[in-house]
Amino acid sequence: MSQEIPLWEVFIRSKNGLEHRHCGSLHAEDAEMAMNNARDVYTRRNEGVSIWVVESKNITASSPEASGELFEPATDKVYRHPTFYELPEELKHM
Amino acid sequence: MSEAEIKNLEAQFDAKIARDEKIEPKDWMPEKYRKTHIRQISQHAHSEIVGMLPEGNWITRAPSLRRKVALLAKVQDEAGHGLYLYSACETLGITREQLYEDLHSGKAKYSSIFNYPTMTWADMGAIGWLVDGAAIINQVPLCSTSFGPYARAMVRVCKEESFHQRQGYEIMLSLCNGSEEQKEMAQDALNRWWWPSLMMLGPTDAASTHTEQSMKWKLKRKTNDELRQQFIDQTVPQAELLGLTIPDPDLKWNDEKGSYDFGEIDWDEFWQVVKGHGPMNKKRLDDRRNAWENGAWVREAATAYAAKQKAQTAQAI
Repeated sequence: MSQEIPLWEVFIRSKNGLEHRHCGSLHAEDAEMAMNNARDVYTRRNEGVSIWVVESKNITASSPEASGELFEPATDKVYRHPTFYELPEELKHM
Repeated sequence: MSEAEIKNLEAQFDAKIARDEKIEPKDWMPEKYRKTHIRQISQHAHSEIVGMLPEGNWITRAPSLRRKVALLAKVQDEAGHGLYLYSACETLGITREQLYEDLHSGKAKYSSIFNYPTMTWADMGAIGWLVDGAAIINQVPLCSTSFGPYARAMVRVCKEESFHQRQGYEIMLSLCNGSEEQKEMAQDALNRWWWPSLMMLGPTDAASTHTEQSMKWKLKRKTNDELRQQFIDQTVPQAELLGLTIPDPDLKWNDEKGSYDFGEIDWDEFWQVVKGHGPMNKKRLDDRRNAWENGAWVREAATAYAAKQKAQTAQAI
């Protein structure tokens, strides 16, 4: 066989109220097959109530080299966190 | 990249692992780290896949429906574990096709234990109890290994594996509580699987070439000898509970070190099996290759069907 069967990423919602979470990948020719395979490979023990499959090539991922410019600006913005603000002890809950 | 730059990256990389941070697929990693991980993860995946074969031998002959559904589920788990591991391995930039090719050509290895035959139903018990028992001891520390996708796959595998060992032990227990012949069958299976299970945990520390580097990368958290000792100490009382005798005349509790002393392992046998001369090496690989080749039409049909669907959708728009 000359061509690899496409790669898909699988996301599972473990129960209603929770988000879908990435759990792994698999190969499948089309979405229907990816869905069937995801069910067999990743939910043999009631691990989920909903499955998303996305062909891996459709995911744009940030590169680790870009993490500086992407994420560092947030590290010095301590004023975005509640603990930055100094309030009197008596205030108790705020 | 200059040599100095690589050295610097390597130092940062080592520090990251020492801090227990995970390495993810797109992160920079030393070439040797990538290669070692491809080798180990693929070997692990191949072991799951080939590991289905000795048990597949007994699915149609399981003694009851209860045993049959359990064995089927176990073998299906092994297929699943192989798939988790293959996909973890592919994140390192090797294709699934290449991984299969390396298995089928004999270039890649899989666990030596699967090159032994499964002669009686009791072997299903012994494999679950001993082989899966040894595998669990090997795998639990891997849940915290440094490469993220491998560690995550292992968490999933370990969660599922304990049923495998329990179903095996239950088979042994039934046989041991059965007729004289059944008990003999259980003892015979233990006699045949005991030493290969000890070998399965890998060569002695003195003879192991990868241990030091693997410890640094947290691909190993305990040495082969430590794992083996742990396996023996944990398994001996389980054998006693079954009323079976471990086939090692030198096995003896050592009060001073708080663990068992055990007899000499036949490492010649181990290396013979690793090099392809075990009783079932040829059959396992032949079965595996046949499954792949005889399944080619299914893959081709799926490809053709997907192409046709795509063409029809395009036409409808």
